[in-house]
Amino acid sequence: MSTQPQPQSQSQSEPRSRSGAEAAAQVTPAAAQLTPPAAVRGPHRAGAELHLDGLTAGYGGAPVLRGVDVRVPAGSIVALLGANGAGKTTLLRTVSGLMPAASGRIVFDGEDLAGVSVENRARAGLAQVPEGRSVVAELTVDENLRLGGLQRFRGRRLTTAVDGIYDLFEPLARRRRAAGHQLSGGERQMLALGRAIIAEPRVLLLDEPSLGLAPRVVAQIMAVLRTLRDERGLTVLLAEQNVTSALAIADHGVVLNLGEVVADRPARDLRTDSALRHAYLGF
Amino acid sequence: MDRLLFLLATGLARGAIFALFALALVLIWRAARVVNFAQGAMAVVATYVAFAVTGLTGSYWIGLASALVAGGLMGFIVERGVMRFATHASPLSGVIIAIGVVMVLQSALGIAFGPNARPMEAPFPETPIVIGGVPVLSPYDLFVLIVAIGLMGILALLFTRTSLGLQLRASAFAPEVSRLLGVRVARMVTAGWVLASAVGALAALLLVPTELGLNPHSADMLFVSAFTVAVVGGLDSPPGALIGGLAVGVLISLVTGYLGATVAPIAVLVLLVGVLLVRPGGLFAAAEARTA
Repeated sequence: MSTQPQPQSQSQSEPRSRSGAEAAAQVTPAAAQLTPPAAVRGPHRAGAELHLDGLTAGYGGAPVLRGVDVRVPAGSIVALLGANGAGKTTLLRTVSGLMPAASGRIVFDGEDLAGVSVENRARAGLAQVPEGRSVVAELTVDENLRLGGLQRFRGRRLTTAVDGIYDLFEPLARRRRAAGHQLSGGERQMLALGRAIIAEPRVLLLDEPSLGLAPRVVAQIMAVLRTLRDERGLTVLLAEQNVTSALAIADHGVVLNLGEVVADRPARDLRTDSALRHAYLGF
Repeated sequence: MDRLLFLLATGLARGAIFALFALALVLIWRAARVVNFAQGAMAVVATYVAFAVTGLTGSYWIGLASALVAGGLMGFIVERGVMRFATHASPLSGVIIAIGVVMVLQSALGIAFGPNARPMEAPFPETPIVIGGVPVLSPYDLFVLIVAIGLMGILALLFTRTSLGLQLRASAFAPEVSRLLGVRVARMVTAGWVLASAVGALAALLLVPTELGLNPHSADMLFVSAFTVAVVGGLDSPPGALIGGLAVGVLISLVTGYLGATVAPIAVLVLLVGVLLVRPGGLFAAAEARTA
């Protein structure tokens, strides 16, 4: 399927081409039109493994996360599922360092992140797209992208990297001088995602990228994530309430309920387990 | 009519200084969400440094350079030493800390140099050039205008064209998102203080030769005027600081010329109160209520 050499295959216990084909069959034609542009080819940092070990965290008082174990193998997409308040956002914010962990370990590429600042986690290749699209409204599309890339590229290489994102998200290329606050919801999500991947992260954390978006845009974003995994070997931890879309591209699914892991299985098992879906995912 | 032209020209030169000083307030407000009430006192410390250096070396220009360095250093020390520890629970805490810094600095200057005004020489003549029988502008005022406008141009380029400027703006608008993108926001806040304090020091250095002389309170009125400018222009708006500065400079010049110098500070305060009543966000700010 891919013309590129696949990154370390220890993570690829599940046949990639099969889950990819399944997903392609489920999403709309927008995804099928999306050919991998230049930006996703060529040499890149390979994805890294992310490992959460007994992670407990919360806002003072009672912890929101209670002893959570999650393993995100390098080059795979893990869907983090669960109802509102299950702890998905808290988990992502703790991994990126915005919230302190009360106990437990966060291991990124074999290294314990305890005591590593938010900035240094980002620089090491741990990117987070926070909830609510988080585009800097006062900056233009171009400036938002440059901001995302300038810790890794400078000068002409930065411009090339920005152009690579425009290849990936064509609607953004037409709006490069527009300020963040002038963008539609879909454009903002594309910009937030483009800004996160421009620096070639090794692990990408996404918090509800589909929230409030049209199905066509959701399909496009999921297709980009799948392409990034397949072509670059990017590791993705995807928190979603849109279970169908997330499981369509994920290799693995982890279901959180009230801050604890209640299921941790291959995505195709979760897709078919109606009892579990009824119990925790509401459909 | 001749008099009007002269008052307008000197008002613009004075206004350019207000604009610079107001710009410094805006830079710190954007970087740290604090109105730096200590900026006048910090700038006066830097001006004393320039005064001493010029006295030792005999060169105005080395003095000017040392004012910039001393101003930047003051910004670094005040931010890292004091302001960093202000809680953001109340916008007042930063203001009160800044007022404490003012008291410390002004007392220290008083102890070290005494309360008397020391005359400071301008590098160019302060008598107006006469064109066609009409006095227009002194060479020093022209110098002030060129330096102020040149510096603003450099700052505009820094903020819009460089990676540092992009990171400074991003850190000011969206600190959390900037950190997630690897921007060292704490350093950017410090950089904002250093930059702003150097600009404020330059503004005070340019102003003092046109006043009675250098004393620990030399920048008090400059601060009030520039604060008015920043409020009029909108604390978030560098173009507002520029236009507001020039406008307040001309206002003070006209009021001084036609009504007398004692009325000028009242005019500034009337303007401040008027703008706060009508458009509390400032004339150039987006319509949004101010919380600090």
